[in-house]
Amino acid sequence: MRGLNVNGVAIDDSFAEAFDMRATALIITADSLAWARRAATSMTGFATSVIGCGCEAGIDRELGGGQTPDGRPGMRVLLFAVSTAELQGQLQNRVGQCVLTSAGSACYGDLEGEERLKLGAALRYFGDGWQISKKVGGRHHCRVPVMDSEFVCEATTGVTKAAVGGGNLLIMGADRKATLAAAEAAVAAIAAVPDAIMPFPGGIVRSGSKVGSKYKALPASTNHAYCPTLRGSVASALKHEIASVLEIVIDGLTPEAVASAMRAGIAAVTALGPDKGALRIGAGNYGGKLGRHHYHLRTLVP
Amino acid sequence: MSALILTLREEPDQRLDLSGLVPEALEGLTAKAIARLPVHTTRRRLLVGDVFTLRMGEASSLRFEGGSVRFDLVGAGMSAGEIVVEGSVGQQAGRLMRGGRLHIRGGAGPFAASGLAGGVVEIDGNAGDRLGGPLAGEMAGMSGGVVVLRGDAGARAGDRMRRGLIIIEGRSGSDAGSRMIAGTLVLGGGVAGAPGALMRRGTIVLLQPDAPILPSFADCGLHRLVFARLLAAELTRLGCGLARRLGAPMRRFAGDLAALGKGEVLSVAA
Repeated sequence: MRGLNVNGVAIDDSFAEAFDMRATALIITADSLAWARRAATSMTGFATSVIGCGCEAGIDRELGGGQTPDGRPGMRVLLFAVSTAELQGQLQNRVGQCVLTSAGSACYGDLEGEERLKLGAALRYFGDGWQISKKVGGRHHCRVPVMDSEFVCEATTGVTKAAVGGGNLLIMGADRKATLAAAEAAVAAIAAVPDAIMPFPGGIVRSGSKVGSKYKALPASTNHAYCPTLRGSVASALKHEIASVLEIVIDGLTPEAVASAMRAGIAAVTALGPDKGALRIGAGNYGGKLGRHHYHLRTLVP
Repeated sequence: MSALILTLREEPDQRLDLSGLVPEALEGLTAKAIARLPVHTTRRRLLVGDVFTLRMGEASSLRFEGGSVRFDLVGAGMSAGEIVVEGSVGQQAGRLMRGGRLHIRGGAGPFAASGLAGGVVEIDGNAGDRLGGPLAGEMAGMSGGVVVLRGDAGARAGDRMRRGLIIIEGRSGSDAGSRMIAGTLVLGGGVAGAPGALMRRGTIVLLQPDAPILPSFADCGLHRLVFARLLAAELTRLGCGLARRLGAPMRRFAGDLAALGKGEVLSVAA
């Protein structure tokens, strides 16, 4: 595999293969940023992969008082799923259990779109008949009486079909410490990119998977070609100098957001260099037949 | 592009029906054709050209130079564009308007914004009775849109309102928000009579401390509502200084318990 070399970091001549997804964006506000973050963190918890969680979700960014509908501090959250029906179900459960319940919270849609998902329009029935519907400024909000005052929730939020899930970078290094340092640098850079999230813990996944398994019941299993401890046993993608691989998975509201995020990640890893960070950057794909979006690393190099 | 300007020649000798002079109706018409449109309401025929001098411009932006209390139905049924009146108007200004913007730089007669369904009606002066209300026999008043009244309102502003937002910066006459079905009515100045009498749902915000509350409203305590912040943001967008006063804690009264009782009066604390 011939590739580039930037600042001593090898970049594979490979591509990340990503998929079309349905997605929505929400703004969660509260009386303080800390409480908005608690609601957002809870709502986006256990949402690392659609394989086992039903959706992928994460915090896009923090918002100051001037950037939210009610003027309180808030968090912008993105939610991705494979179908509109699944996204609707996940949205309702997650907002219902994690945002409605969180002290002082309010929840607003933050994505335009013809097609709408029910937000407050579904959750308002918690009000047991005491819910109030208010249309202010062209937006429809529900006010649901709760024990600390009222839960204000926009009736609907937009859904996009142009979202992309599964953009990724494989960050390979000589040991766990250096590889993690490089991955963390990439996560920090990607966090600043709008409209993109990294759904795994800390933005990083250490158990990259391949499709299928020798066990019939499993839809996915460990990506053995990138497991350093199997280097001698399997057709490994790793040479002897690589002893640790971490993956960053990126979901974005648009194909461009995913490309920007991957570009930022590559720039951060190459800027760190091979001595303190990674020796090599790769990307995961399935031969290009499964996903419509191909992100070639050579086009994303700084 | 410049506005299409209609300048009043002299005070008309009969009431005028100006509902035909809305942007969508004038689009594509020549000055001659516009001048031939009828505006009379009596047996004596009166044409636009008899009452106004015309200066052609974009029909999407209409401008009346000079007004009269005999100007009825200004902007009625309008769905897009803008009408500015440099003066006062008669009754039913903006009646059944669906969109666009009607700005009256003077006062308005009774039934201004009657049955408003969309768009923005701004009145710099005072308005007569039944602002936004239904005409006799109609079941509901406003069903959407925004009314911003800079001056005082007559009796029963927001009568039978079903949706939308009315902001009255001045005083309001007796029984504002009577029989409200839903929607939002913000009363900036003093009120008279019994605000919210027989309201079913909806919100009346009283920004003058110690406003009278009907005995058929139940005190629900003092609150800082997130909804008040959303309303304040909307008022700010509309250029209303009242927005600042929405930051104060407000006492919530549920009512009218003589009707459905799911409405509320939010009253700023003294």
